[in-house]
Amino acid sequence: MFSWFKYKNYQIFWKEYSKKFKQKQPKSFENTRFVIFDTETTGLDIYNDRILSIGAIGIFNHNIDVADSYEVYLKQEAFKAETVEIHGILKEGKLTKLPEAQAMEQFVNYIGNAVLVAHHTAFDIEMINAALKRMDLPKLRNKTIDTGILYKKLEGKKDSHFNLDVLSSEFNIPKHDRHTAAGDAFITALLFLKIVSKLKKERNLHYSDLFRVSGKEGLM
Amino acid sequence: MKNTISERIFDFLKNYPPFNLISNETLLEISQNVEIQYFEKDQIIFSQNDNPHEHFYIIYQGSVRLYRFVENEKLMLDICDEGDLFGLRPLIMKESYVMGASANEETIVYGIPIALFHDIILNYPKVSQFLIASFATNTREPFSEKHKGKLFANVSAIQKIEHGFSEIQSANYNKNPISCSPDTTVQTACIIMTKNIINSIIITENDIPIGIITDKDIKTKIGTGLYKITHKVSEIMTSPVVTFHQNISVAEAQIKLLKHKVSHLCITKDGTNKTELVGILTQQDLILTQGNSPSLLIKEIKNAKDAETLKHIRTKASELTKGYLEQEIPIYFVTKVISEINTAITKKAIRLSVSEIGKEPPAKFSWLALGSQGRKEQLLMTDQDNALVFENVAPAEYNQVKNYFLQLSEKVTEKLHIVGFDYCPANIMASNPKWCISLEEWEQQFEEWITDPIPEKILLSIIFFDFELVYGDESLYNKMAKSVFKTIDKNQIFLSFLGKVTLDNPPPLGFFKQFLVEDNGENKDSFDIKSRAIRPLVDGARILSLHHNIRVNNTIARYEKLMEIEPQNRDLFESCANAFKILLQFRTSQGLANNDNGKFVDINNLNKADRLKLKSCFKPIKNVQEAIKLRFKTSQIPQI
Repeated sequence: MFSWFKYKNYQIFWKEYSKKFKQKQPKSFENTRFVIFDTETTGLDIYNDRILSIGAIGIFNHNIDVADSYEVYLKQEAFKAETVEIHGILKEGKLTKLPEAQAMEQFVNYIGNAVLVAHHTAFDIEMINAALKRMDLPKLRNKTIDTGILYKKLEGKKDSHFNLDVLSSEFNIPKHDRHTAAGDAFITALLFLKIVSKLKKERNLHYSDLFRVSGKEGLM
Repeated sequence: MKNTISERIFDFLKNYPPFNLISNETLLEISQNVEIQYFEKDQIIFSQNDNPHEHFYIIYQGSVRLYRFVENEKLMLDICDEGDLFGLRPLIMKESYVMGASANEETIVYGIPIALFHDIILNYPKVSQFLIASFATNTREPFSEKHKGKLFANVSAIQKIEHGFSEIQSANYNKNPISCSPDTTVQTACIIMTKNIINSIIITENDIPIGIITDKDIKTKIGTGLYKITHKVSEIMTSPVVTFHQNISVAEAQIKLLKHKVSHLCITKDGTNKTELVGILTQQDLILTQGNSPSLLIKEIKNAKDAETLKHIRTKASELTKGYLEQEIPIYFVTKVISEINTAITKKAIRLSVSEIGKEPPAKFSWLALGSQGRKEQLLMTDQDNALVFENVAPAEYNQVKNYFLQLSEKVTEKLHIVGFDYCPANIMASNPKWCISLEEWEQQFEEWITDPIPEKILLSIIFFDFELVYGDESLYNKMAKSVFKTIDKNQIFLSFLGKVTLDNPPPLGFFKQFLVEDNGENKDSFDIKSRAIRPLVDGARILSLHHNIRVNNTIARYEKLMEIEPQNRDLFESCANAFKILLQFRTSQGLANNDNGKFVDINNLNKADRLKLKSCFKPIKNVQEAIKLRFKTSQIPQI
């Protein structure tokens, strides 16, 4: 249970966050701040699994800005031995870990009203929203882009599911730090720039096209 | 806090110069502030005349074309690939770009914030040197009027550091020198010396040093009874003193002590013997700074009784060279010290040979060093190139005199061979009757080479015109030098022929900045650094010096002199001198590492940093060759 005092505190940062959406949002790629992010989790169940780490990096005017990056590891009670071999985060590792609520506050402050980009965004957003719900807060309000869907647009493909490994090979992106949240966010950021640049060249892409989801196929 | 992304950027940057020269802490800070940009093939990164960006760039993936529009014509300047830097201009001067850059293929670049680099330039002299070298070699066409003299316009801060570099290696000297007045008696002076436990005392008048007394003077002048202890110090002192200014480096001190054959240097306010004494530097001080000192080696050479001992000393000198290079002491100083040692060895070999013959030379003579030894650029053991001139003698005596000198030369070259200087395969040695001749004969010889420049004769003049006096009569040497300049002055066409030959070694780069390597023979796939990079610069300096009557042999000194004489080409000559220093250092460390003469470099074994360093030297070569082509109208010379 949360104390009233804590709840009040959450309200304050959430209020600040919400305020940022009252301003007019940018209408072009060049003026938009994109935050490319990835989460590592104990599993794929939105209700029972928990976020272990978040990695994120900003893109503005086609530049990946390393100074605008964020990386956090979370203290979680839930722990599944079988996923450790994927993400490599031990329950009692040497990394400094923050309580979930504190990490969410930092993350929300960091993203502000940026457009969120992830590979298979829906899952990562849902995980974040679930964590916010545990703090009695509403869902994120940011616009989102899924690099998986962008890629399908580029290639005109419909059904198949493309994981990050396949795409980073295809786009000649070095696969350092795969399966760390920050490493995957970085790879996704390069992927995003490359796909957008190709789409712009081949399709005369408009800013609004980025958000248009073709079809409704399951993302997970 | 953990930052996986910047750690990865750090890992990439630390493999490439100049980032490998920066402390981990600082590099991590840079890594945290990098901007990463992606470019499609042919996409423009910046255009010529664009305002300067806030970043300069290193290529992470792909390659970048640098180009320049001159009178509506697009000139390709360079192609940079992974790890190469570009867009350095805003770092050096706040001016718009003089060239454009576009992606040659799909490319990812890292933008390094210039704001963060200003402090680094100030704190890391090696970084600024690297950046200047990269900037100087990939940014300009040296002959365009517009940029003349501008290159280093805004880099006074950087240059200050380059000078400061010798201060880092500054020599320690005693800043409280003990002195006495000229009227002091020898006895009083000795009491002062004993009390202060010092082996010398400086005699000053109004704080200005006028002489010095050392333990040796007491021994040779008082102990022998020549003077009494009641005499005044001014009567036995050595005067004048050898002086130097306060910012003296170890290397400079060594050279000075060697040159004047003294054991003490007076440090004065402005470096002359007209200003106040501020300190005294002794050989002992230097030995304390460095175990294996050249002064000690010279001393050992003087005491050597045979060639075997000389060989041993020369091996120690190689160790010394290695140590110097590791300490990054400027190559110019290293070459000077090693040349002094080589000269001392040759002198000793001559003295030993004269006493072996048991008969004093029948006429005045000079022993001359040729080629790299003559230019004082010999760091490793290379072939010996030498010659001998003796004064004009009556025809009746000629044979006897010549035979004496041939016998002498035979012995000297043999000793040098034992020391480790191989015999010259082309037999350009004083022991060859052709190169052991009288002054008259030399003058005729030079005239013939200059007035009838057929290929063989030009090659000989290239070797012989870098002659330097090693031992013997100075006036003979001066007369020889004079005759060369006089004859060339009357036969300027000779320089065009010489220029033509100089151009036979084209700059060692292929179209995409690939190294041109030897494509056959035992040294296949290796790069002939001597013929393809060092020689063109040496040749360029020589022909321009002959043209201007510059009587200096050393290539760096020649370029420095040329910078004075032709201020309009200052940048060009400066870049040549810098490239030459880098190449010489490179060849020497390669030679020391592989225990050979360093002539061939195995390109595949070079790391990226070294490859970049070498590449940066090739542009000046091309530029100086272009200048020679134009100036000496070599294209009008038929193929020879």
